[in-house]
Amino acid sequence: MARVLLFGRLADVAGWRDRVIEAPSLSALRARLVAEDAGLAEALAVRGVQVALDQVIVRGDAALSAATEVAFLPPMSGG
Amino acid sequence: MGAVRLTFDPFDPGALLSDFSRGRAETGAVATFTGIARAEAGATTALELEAYPGFTEAEIGKFALAAMARFGLDDFAILHRVGRIAPGEAVVFVATAAKHRRAAFEACDYLMDYLKSRAPFWKKEHGPDGGRWVEPRAQDHADIARWDSGPLEKEPSS
Repeated sequence: MARVLLFGRLADVAGWRDRVIEAPSLSALRARLVAEDAGLAEALAVRGVQVALDQVIVRGDAALSAATEVAFLPPMSGG
Repeated sequence: MGAVRLTFDPFDPGALLSDFSRGRAETGAVATFTGIARAEAGATTALELEAYPGFTEAEIGKFALAAMARFGLDDFAILHRVGRIAPGEAVVFVATAAKHRRAAFEACDYLMDYLKSRAPFWKKEHGPDGGRWVEPRAQDHADIARWDSGPLEKEPSS
């Protein structure tokens, strides 16, 4: 289980920005998001989308614990 | 030392400068930059900036601490608006303090180039035709890249 956060255009595309989702790993979470929303799947596949676990950028897969905060970050725009 | 803050509320750059400059008998130089939302002749009715609270301040803070070491700053302050911003309102305020002006000017310039190109914000421009997500311009990338060649060391004391 993880708290999932979407930012920028990802939240616009998905129509939500904060959800609790049951998933044992980051790859399982991603597979679930992609399966249930084709628009979000496309937006997540864009080059430059990064993932942060508990506010730290990660690459590759990772196990998710009940309290993990997973953030999907589209390319940063600067201020 | 060194503060990074986000705010949903309009702020007064003059008051921030006064606060930042106070009690600096040994500093010598304070440089500031204030970025203001443009109306683009009516094309932009509002700017909307989203941050990842906690993460955004931490990322900016890491960069700013490295900048502080690179330019030998005494201190810095960064305040950035988030949420909806009207044309004419201040979006960002950066202040740097150093012994001498060159380091203060250059560090302020460097921090702004970073904030405009790589800082974790997501920006939407609202106009008569709706909203549009914005990414850094080629010029923004070029501005930050120019600091990669020939590092500007802190100036010798004079």
